[in-house]
Amino acid sequence: MELYFGLKVLWWLVLGVLLMGLAIMVGMDMGVGTLLRFVGRDDNERRVCLNAIGPHWDGNQVWFILGGGAIFAAFPLIYATAFSGLYVVMLLLLWTMIVRPLGFEYRSKLPSATWRNAWDWALLVSGAVPMIIYGAAMGNMLQGVPFHFDWDMRSYYTGSFVSLLNPFAVLCGLLSLSLSIYMGGVMLMGRAGGAVAPRARKAAMGAAIAAIVLFTLGGIWVSFLPGFVLEHAPAPGLPQNPLQQQASVVAGGLLANYRSQPLLWAVPALGYAGMLLGLLAVRGRRSTLAWWLGAGAWIGVIGTVGAALFPFLMPSSSEPSQSLTLWNSVSSQTTLLWATGFAAVFVPLVVWYTSWAFWVMRGEVDAAAIQHDEHAY
Amino acid sequence: MIDSTVVELSRWQFAVTALYHYLFVPLTLGLSFFIAAVETVYVTTGKAIYREMAEFWAKLFVVNMALGIATGLTMEFEFGTNWSFYSGFVGDIFGAPLAIEGLMAFFMESTFVGLMIFGWKRLSKVQHLLVTYLVAFGTNLSALWILIANSFMQDPAGAKFNPVTMRMELDSFSSLIFSHDAQAKFVHTSIAGYVTAAIFVTGISAYYMYRNRHMAMARRSFRMAALFGVLATAGVITLGDALGFVGGQAQPSKLAAMEAMWQTEPAPAAFNVIAWPSQEQKRNLFEVQVPYVLTPLLTHTMTQEIPGVDWIEADAAKRIANGIPAVAALKVLSKDPTNADALAQFNSHQQDLGYGFLVKRYAPDQDVEKATPADIQKAAGDAVPNVFAMFWSFRVMVGLGLAMLAYFVLAVIFSVRNDVENRKWFLRLAPWMIPIPFIANEFGWLTAEIGRQPWTVYGLLPTWMSASSHSVGYMVFSLIGFVTLYTVFIVIEMTLMVKFIRKGPSSHGHGDHAPPRPALGGRAAAVAMMRKED
Repeated sequence: MELYFGLKVLWWLVLGVLLMGLAIMVGMDMGVGTLLRFVGRDDNERRVCLNAIGPHWDGNQVWFILGGGAIFAAFPLIYATAFSGLYVVMLLLLWTMIVRPLGFEYRSKLPSATWRNAWDWALLVSGAVPMIIYGAAMGNMLQGVPFHFDWDMRSYYTGSFVSLLNPFAVLCGLLSLSLSIYMGGVMLMGRAGGAVAPRARKAAMGAAIAAIVLFTLGGIWVSFLPGFVLEHAPAPGLPQNPLQQQASVVAGGLLANYRSQPLLWAVPALGYAGMLLGLLAVRGRRSTLAWWLGAGAWIGVIGTVGAALFPFLMPSSSEPSQSLTLWNSVSSQTTLLWATGFAAVFVPLVVWYTSWAFWVMRGEVDAAAIQHDEHAY
Repeated sequence: MIDSTVVELSRWQFAVTALYHYLFVPLTLGLSFFIAAVETVYVTTGKAIYREMAEFWAKLFVVNMALGIATGLTMEFEFGTNWSFYSGFVGDIFGAPLAIEGLMAFFMESTFVGLMIFGWKRLSKVQHLLVTYLVAFGTNLSALWILIANSFMQDPAGAKFNPVTMRMELDSFSSLIFSHDAQAKFVHTSIAGYVTAAIFVTGISAYYMYRNRHMAMARRSFRMAALFGVLATAGVITLGDALGFVGGQAQPSKLAAMEAMWQTEPAPAAFNVIAWPSQEQKRNLFEVQVPYVLTPLLTHTMTQEIPGVDWIEADAAKRIANGIPAVAALKVLSKDPTNADALAQFNSHQQDLGYGFLVKRYAPDQDVEKATPADIQKAAGDAVPNVFAMFWSFRVMVGLGLAMLAYFVLAVIFSVRNDVENRKWFLRLAPWMIPIPFIANEFGWLTAEIGRQPWTVYGLLPTWMSASSHSVGYMVFSLIGFVTLYTVFIVIEMTLMVKFIRKGPSSHGHGDHAPPRPALGGRAAAVAMMRKED
């Protein structure tokens, strides 16, 4: 039982790491997509932008895929309930996501300006929309989503598409978009050179300021939102399902964890520090440092959401007692043990070879060489 | 109760997206290894033509792979969006291989494909070769984990129902990954990918040879791919036989449908070469049989009896009757997981839990305990997949497989005699062979998946229960969305492919003539170097 409890908490942390990795790595590429048409004024400049992330976007995208896979494996009930409940939003996410690989691979393969313009727009939409949805999904988790279960654990979502795009969720979506633009801007500042770099720098500064404002507004808003409290449930280390607990809604409850554990304030503080220092680093043209500070900002922001919700993952606003918590939506001990073993071996390996790939392709993108490279984007 | 239209639309959506995704996967599996083989020759012999070949095929590889990745993304999330009951019910087991696939295989493939494309000038020859091999191993490892997951649906080994969490849970990881179905299917499927790539390469090379273009590359590519193909086709057929063998042990209903065997016959049973099966009349309206052949073909013995549809239905009826108390006990346990009587009842009937679910859709008020013998009989009839679809999709796959074997035998003979170029009829035929492996792959998928019906997880979870509880409107909306997007995608992809094939390897202007790209240099260095070349 102790082991199971430990594994559950461990996988809650792993889930957090995956969501952060996804936001940092895919978010950066999406930021570049969003900025493409604004920092690249002609075709050559846009190709420079695309080639800056060209060798890496595919690998980075795996964070997204792994995020989905890990939720399926470690939190199957979240996977089942959230993805079917947020159906239309998920479709928008998928439809925009699947345009990206084609945008990268096909855009520069034909010389036609119409063709390339169309893909530029596709990359813009498929960069901005998924990031807004990503943030909006977190916003919805904070507020709770209307769903309930049958006796056999069949889930029913009773809200509408529009209710998922409520004002608070949109605010979270914009925060997420700002951070992604920041990361994309910082990456281009470092690797694009030429006329692109100063424009990217300007965009990154604007995005950092927007993120600071949005994070502050979101923080104030959250303190007025109701939160969820688990009143009665099987012990955390026991196998259980969401029908076996009692939960209720409490005003200001999203700050309850912070009140009882003041040390947790360090998490949003990390978010702020990342954004503010990142802004300074961008001003000082320190793109690598600014990138790492941006990563820190993401960790702080996602950590803030996780700490506010704990132990809830997906609260139900219509049937609070049937909320999905870390304790009742996690996989069995055997599955978690195996998953832990694989993660322990492969995560360091992935980090190692990803770093190697970035190291091999380091340095500024060579605008002239792109013209002669058939394989370049 | 979910609407049966929603279930049907969910099935259509899954079939459309999976079949579409599966147009791109096999070529990726095979072409990656073909490119690695070509590059190996380049590294060992140092001949520039092989580098040009590797780069040319890599270009087509990437165009194809982009859609494989894009459509694969849909697949991963579709379980959650459209099959949410399924996901919650078996996610504990099914999710693990999917996550491991991402972590172990897809990361590798995707990270290194970037270096494979962009790293020519930044990596040493050997480093680049290693990267190419890592891409090939990554794609194939991906297939391995996905097929392990799929095999769990075919032959659910290593899982156990937990009445406290109300779901299937992993019991033995080794039974999951070493299931016979998974092993046979992985080898069969990945080698089918090699066949696909071999036909693709020989077809395009033949097109060049017919027009007397890019002869140096076309000749070499053709020869390598023909050899690759003849071995692979022989492998696919052998492994297909093994897959039929293990599949038959695990899924007798699939086998009965595949062979249109309505009645259990005394061994050795006759083999239906062709037949016109009728599900309503439970017989073949027309059949051409070869006596004694089926039993040795499927069981590799002369005496083992092969169950026909009659046996499958009778067995299902028995198991439904036995499964009803399991479902009833489960309902009690969901409110009171400690109820000892219900637990005992569940334990003694749980091996037929899935069959209990099977009758739920016909039982009054969906209460299995109210099911009449007529309801049970109806549900038992469901236990047999669509015989006509099975019989013919299997035969299309096998027939095309044999045709490809004949093609490759000829290709190798002509290649060895060094007179392919003179056989104009063969060169004209070869490009028309390109669609064949794609069609065979699709029919292979249909055989595997239609044959598993009415189950999503064989014997455990009926398909009609697995879907999400959406409205029909949502499903129509999403189906139209996918079909529209995918249609646009395939038009774009085919246009690019055809364009690049027409252009041929000369389309990439660099090869050995391009200005070398400075390792770290900026624009100035490259410009300077270009001037020097001029």
